[in-house]
Amino acid sequence: MRVQEKIIEGVLWLSAVITILVTIGIIWVLLSESLTFFKEVSIVDFLTDTQWTPLFADKHFGILPLVAGTMLTTAIAIAVALPIGLTIAIYLNTYAPAGFRATIKPMLEILATIPTVVYGFFALTVVTPFLQSFIPNLAGFNSLSAGLVMGIMIIPMISSLSEDAISAVPKSLREGAYGMGATKFQTAFGVLVPAASSGILVSVILAISRAVGETMLVAIAAGQQPRLTANPLVPIETITTYIVQVSLGDVPHGSLEYRTIFAAGITLFVFTFVLNNISFWIRKKYQEKYD
Amino acid sequence: MSKKNYKLEARNLNAYYGTFHALKDINIAMEEKAVTAFIGPSGCGKSTFLRTLNRMNDYIDGFKVEGDILLDGRDIYARDVRVDELRKEVGMVFQKPNPFPKTVFENVVYGLKIQGIKDKKVLNEVAETSLRKTALWDEVKDKLDKSALALSGGQQQRLCIARALAISPSVILMDEPTSALDPISTAKIEELLYELKEDYTIVIVTHNMQQAGRVSDQTAFFYMGELIEFSKTKTMFTSPKHERTQNYITGRFG
Repeated sequence: MRVQEKIIEGVLWLSAVITILVTIGIIWVLLSESLTFFKEVSIVDFLTDTQWTPLFADKHFGILPLVAGTMLTTAIAIAVALPIGLTIAIYLNTYAPAGFRATIKPMLEILATIPTVVYGFFALTVVTPFLQSFIPNLAGFNSLSAGLVMGIMIIPMISSLSEDAISAVPKSLREGAYGMGATKFQTAFGVLVPAASSGILVSVILAISRAVGETMLVAIAAGQQPRLTANPLVPIETITTYIVQVSLGDVPHGSLEYRTIFAAGITLFVFTFVLNNISFWIRKKYQEKYD
Repeated sequence: MSKKNYKLEARNLNAYYGTFHALKDINIAMEEKAVTAFIGPSGCGKSTFLRTLNRMNDYIDGFKVEGDILLDGRDIYARDVRVDELRKEVGMVFQKPNPFPKTVFENVVYGLKIQGIKDKKVLNEVAETSLRKTALWDEVKDKLDKSALALSGGQQQRLCIARALAISPSVILMDEPTSALDPISTAKIEELLYELKEDYTIVIVTHNMQQAGRVSDQTAFFYMGELIEFSKTKTMFTSPKHERTQNYITGRFG
């Protein structure tokens, strides 16, 4: 019996340790490869040059165009997902009958299970042509339709997590507002949303983190042209798309061009790492407010 | 039909949670500008009844009311009654202090703000009067822009009363308002009730028999969803008509 216990404990310990080792390994590879990269390219150029052309004869290694592309698609996605997601959360929480909520919430979460490649295809072959019918100068690849579809993709993330946050507001606050003659609308926006703001913020940050890291959708629908622009109608390239492009291309392993993907990768990692930590910190700091 | 000095009346009131019959044929008439206490053991329906008086149970799935509740002779469950309007007339104070996570000032003027009143002068005036009525003004006048959650439990509860008074209701419902408070805060609130009944009709649910005896003019004893006895508090505590009432108020069960 004791031996069995020991074995089980060992297996559990091992699985935890393996996960940690893999993570450390990934960070190690990212760091060491990008260190080699930064020996050849100055970090100042990397952060300030406005062109990203590592695969061309005239090489520039400015990450800004890729960062701009990522931010543009992310901003469009959040601009779609936040208002719609929050509206859904409030509707489900305050207006919808309990039975309806119990059915609709899991159904919304199905949106999150659709493979992102399908979303990408949908953006490219349905949304872009549709948008082109009234925005004639919209390019075939563009951040607008990629961003819009990505927004739809992350709606469930925001609606679901925000609904959880609003549900977690003590019932007594809701009743307090109703008891003062507040309508459902006034209660939702004046009391519940502010009281749940930390949870809602966390959902938004996680959604941003998801949008920043999203690859397949933008690779398919947003184009592969690194461009420092805020124009949503033209092709751009995100950090993730660039990594795909190089990984799948014929760039020789070990070359400087090859190492650019680690530099791009670590930039992406820093973004999502910081975002996730902010959300973790917010949750820790504010969650016990009502206990 | 109703006599003029009856503020609140229930006629043949039945209430159900799904199939559970929570209130059975309640008939009661509460006087204006008096304190009515509801007493009875846990689960007897006193809180349910209190919450039908401002339709707070409307949000509970499967809750159903039959019969009439009249406020100033008007049925509050009638089709044309808007609940938010009703609750401006019938304010409520809850068991646990539940100030909003806003400043003290924002809490007091919340009811006015949702009615669209923005005039700074009016808001300031109402805030001060309401806080004075609850004897809170001197304690919080320098903390108006601090979070209400930083106040003590007793102060928070008086803030919630001030918040209810700010929209000048005529009736205030209190659901065990002192059960989460220490004896000193409790005493302050009881004192307050004595002053408030000059202007307001107060209905209070309490578990505390002594409290009912101290603060109320009339007392209603509920048991298993029925109104067993309703009379002047003095009468009920000195010569209860029913044996159940007597057993309860003398602490033989409950």
